[in-house]
Amino acid sequence: MSENTMTIKLKIWRQKDRNSGGQLVTYTMPGVSPDMSFLEMLDLLNLDLVRKGEDAVAFDHDCREGICGTCSLYINGRAHGPLRGVTACQLHMRTFHDGETIVIEPWRAKPFPIIKDLVVDRSAFDRIMAVGGFISVKTGGTPDGNAIPIAKPVAEEAMDAAACIGCGACVAACKNGSAMLFVSAKVSQLALLPQGHAERKARVEAMVAQMDEEGFGNCSNTYACEAECPKNISVEHIARLNREYLRAKFIQE
Amino acid sequence: MALSGLFLCSFLVIHLTINLFALQANHDKTAESFWGAEMFETYGHFMATHPVIRPLEWGLFAGFLLHAILGIYLYLLNRKARPVQYEVNKAGENSTWSSRFGWLTGILVGVFLVVHVNTFFVQSRFFGQEPMIRLMIEAFSSPAYVAFYMVALVFLAYHLKHGFQSAFQTFGLRAGKFEKLVNAVGVVFWLLIPIGFAIIPLYFLFAY
Repeated sequence: MSENTMTIKLKIWRQKDRNSGGQLVTYTMPGVSPDMSFLEMLDLLNLDLVRKGEDAVAFDHDCREGICGTCSLYINGRAHGPLRGVTACQLHMRTFHDGETIVIEPWRAKPFPIIKDLVVDRSAFDRIMAVGGFISVKTGGTPDGNAIPIAKPVAEEAMDAAACIGCGACVAACKNGSAMLFVSAKVSQLALLPQGHAERKARVEAMVAQMDEEGFGNCSNTYACEAECPKNISVEHIARLNREYLRAKFIQE
Repeated sequence: MALSGLFLCSFLVIHLTINLFALQANHDKTAESFWGAEMFETYGHFMATHPVIRPLEWGLFAGFLLHAILGIYLYLLNRKARPVQYEVNKAGENSTWSSRFGWLTGILVGVFLVVHVNTFFVQSRFFGQEPMIRLMIEAFSSPAYVAFYMVALVFLAYHLKHGFQSAFQTFGLRAGKFEKLVNAVGVVFWLLIPIGFAIIPLYFLFAY
């Protein structure tokens, strides 16, 4: 542990519930270690708030190792903070400097209503998954390995898409609040593999329809999503989603 | 958006190709003529009068209108997806200016087009001002008018910088082996088209 601690000024979005208005509230945090993770710093703040009898800041977190997609903080104007390819929980206070002001806001998009403070309701993503983000198979005995041949580059590409943790940073960063990167990753991971081909047409049509139904904006190809995605999902998947959609609408029977 | 955009891109290529023939014009003060611009006038005359080409004018006009209306519609629709804006948003760190402000560069190019169409198309078609080369020489003798064109072409360049490759992304063609090709052609397009158009007013202002 470093002996040097920092004093950080926080401006955090506080909002009582879905229907209330909210505002940025300023907190001064002394004794912040550069070795702390960003969420540990918030834990420290909450400890202090609870001791003072105040309402703790609500924020989403679970695995704290960048694999679950639960954390969702818009830090200093960037989804998951200033670093590329990391979630907010993988961010450390050494990224910031002593005396810095850090503004923390929730994801902002109409389909992601704020539940409280920094916690947003991302069940719109679940509903998109529920209409097509799966394959229908009769489960039985475990199939033999390599029974279905899949070329290595295809498997790699599908795996890259499957890395999506559904955190919603793409929506948060997009100026249009578009969910195209998320939906494209979910469509791609199945469209690339033979197991996904049977339901290819129905899947892309249903998932895109649900995406629009939820009120996400349209993609205008700014590629902000790719830049902010903690899993570095490529916008090539959006191109594939567009191909899948055109194929479903115009070519496939 | 993408389809109408690429249609307008194809128009830009034709427009520039014909206009570059205007560079052949030489000033012959004694003959009071515009010797050298015959090719330009021939093509211009053909485009303006041929019974097959004439209806395409309406198609072109519809293309611009569709592109503008769709753009405004999508802009307004997309704003509804984020009713509450961020207090702090550093969009400049994750996306390019041209990609975020296509609507603005589009509107500015649209304003330019009103002036541009009035100077040339309206004057020749409805007020019988001929030949076109004379209109060009007169209009581009004004440094202010040429400067206005240069600024408009910068906006056009930014508009194309985003728009060209974006259209291919929408069609799903900016991927795999095509990605590098689309990006490369995109750079050539957004740089060369505005530069090509810029040469013409500059020629008439300085070299004619």
